[in-house]
Amino acid sequence: MSQTRKQLLTDPLVDNNPITLQVLGICSALAVTSSLNVAFVMSLAVIAVCGFSSLFISILRHYIPNSIRIIVQMVIIASLVILVDQIIKAYAYEISKTLSVFVGLIITNCIVMGRAEAFAMKNKPFESFVDGVGNGLGYSLLLMSVGVIRELFGSGTLFGITIFNSISNGGWYVPNGLLLLPPSAFFIIGFIIWGVRTWKKSQVEAREYKIQTLEEH
Amino acid sequence: MEGLISLAVKAIFVENLALSFFLGMCTFIAVSKKISTAIGLGVSVMIVQSITVPANNIILSYLLKPGALAWAGFPDIDLTFLGLISYIGVIAALVQILEMILDKYFPPLYNALGIFLPLITVNCAILGGSLFMVERDYNFSEATTYGIASGFGWALAIATMAGVREKLKYSDIPDGLQGLGITFITAGLMAMAFMCFSGVKL
Repeated sequence: MSQTRKQLLTDPLVDNNPITLQVLGICSALAVTSSLNVAFVMSLAVIAVCGFSSLFISILRHYIPNSIRIIVQMVIIASLVILVDQIIKAYAYEISKTLSVFVGLIITNCIVMGRAEAFAMKNKPFESFVDGVGNGLGYSLLLMSVGVIRELFGSGTLFGITIFNSISNGGWYVPNGLLLLPPSAFFIIGFIIWGVRTWKKSQVEAREYKIQTLEEH
Repeated sequence: MEGLISLAVKAIFVENLALSFFLGMCTFIAVSKKISTAIGLGVSVMIVQSITVPANNIILSYLLKPGALAWAGFPDIDLTFLGLISYIGVIAALVQILEMILDKYFPPLYNALGIFLPLITVNCAILGGSLFMVERDYNFSEATTYGIASGFGWALAIATMAGVREKLKYSDIPDGLQGLGITFITAGLMAMAFMCFSGVKL
């Protein structure tokens, strides 16, 4: 794999992460992370849809009229999502119940649309596929890290396997129930963003207002 | 009637689309810097939501459900797998039509909401509303109520968020948390506040 292709794959992991920097696809990142199994299936689904939609859109990019491109992209993405939805229903029915509407919502996941619009419409099929998969991976990385924190400290398990034995089962760990509730996802992503931006200073946003220091005053 | 009112209250507060299901988060975070634009977007979402949810309900019950095509002489056909693509098609088409109608007959409103309308097609709250309608098996009147109420709930959430953020920009925030980070934490605190409603039994 050439240097640029490798970059396409690894760039979205931290340097240009779709969630922490591009602010795309946050909805599902928050909602499906309370258990790892679900987060894992969701990640696979997003990687698949993102990669293949970029591939197909890129193959068709010379034939899509500019004025109706959004609808064409939407149709391609929606067809792929239907496919993924049917597969999940067939092989992981229990998980498809927990995911409920969120598989369908991959259609409006801004990462998929965003990559189609920003990259796949201008680049060759293989590069677009790699870029789609890369962004899917960046999304999954964040999804899985939030999932690990929420499931490990929220119920003391990972992938449903007990790590910390909880009090209710006669162990020592008192599960932190807040982590299973929706607001915790916001906090965790907020803190992850803080961490990433402290590490990569270039991602810090400029202030709108600066507080005057005493000397300047 | 009582059932519909409790459904509406539930959709606005207890199951707020933005703060307990995280739908429409991308626009929720991106467009909540100013109160006036946030209200504009909120109102557009409410209008679109209250049209698309009932419209998709009609499509579901007369075209897609198993046995729904009985009126056309095909009682055995089940087209529910085409659901996703039809809902998003309906949403995209309705947003386009709404945009044209507003442009033709209500230019001031078009100028105020115009820039937000294309954004709405890819707003998860809209598609999410329709999908929840399908999942919970609402009938037509319930679907209409749910559409209006959930749109209102989303508008309420984004307007309050914008209010908080307008004040927030004057505060001294650590560099790494500036912008996106602090917005997430604020949204988390708001979601926690909204969780108080979950004790309300209707």
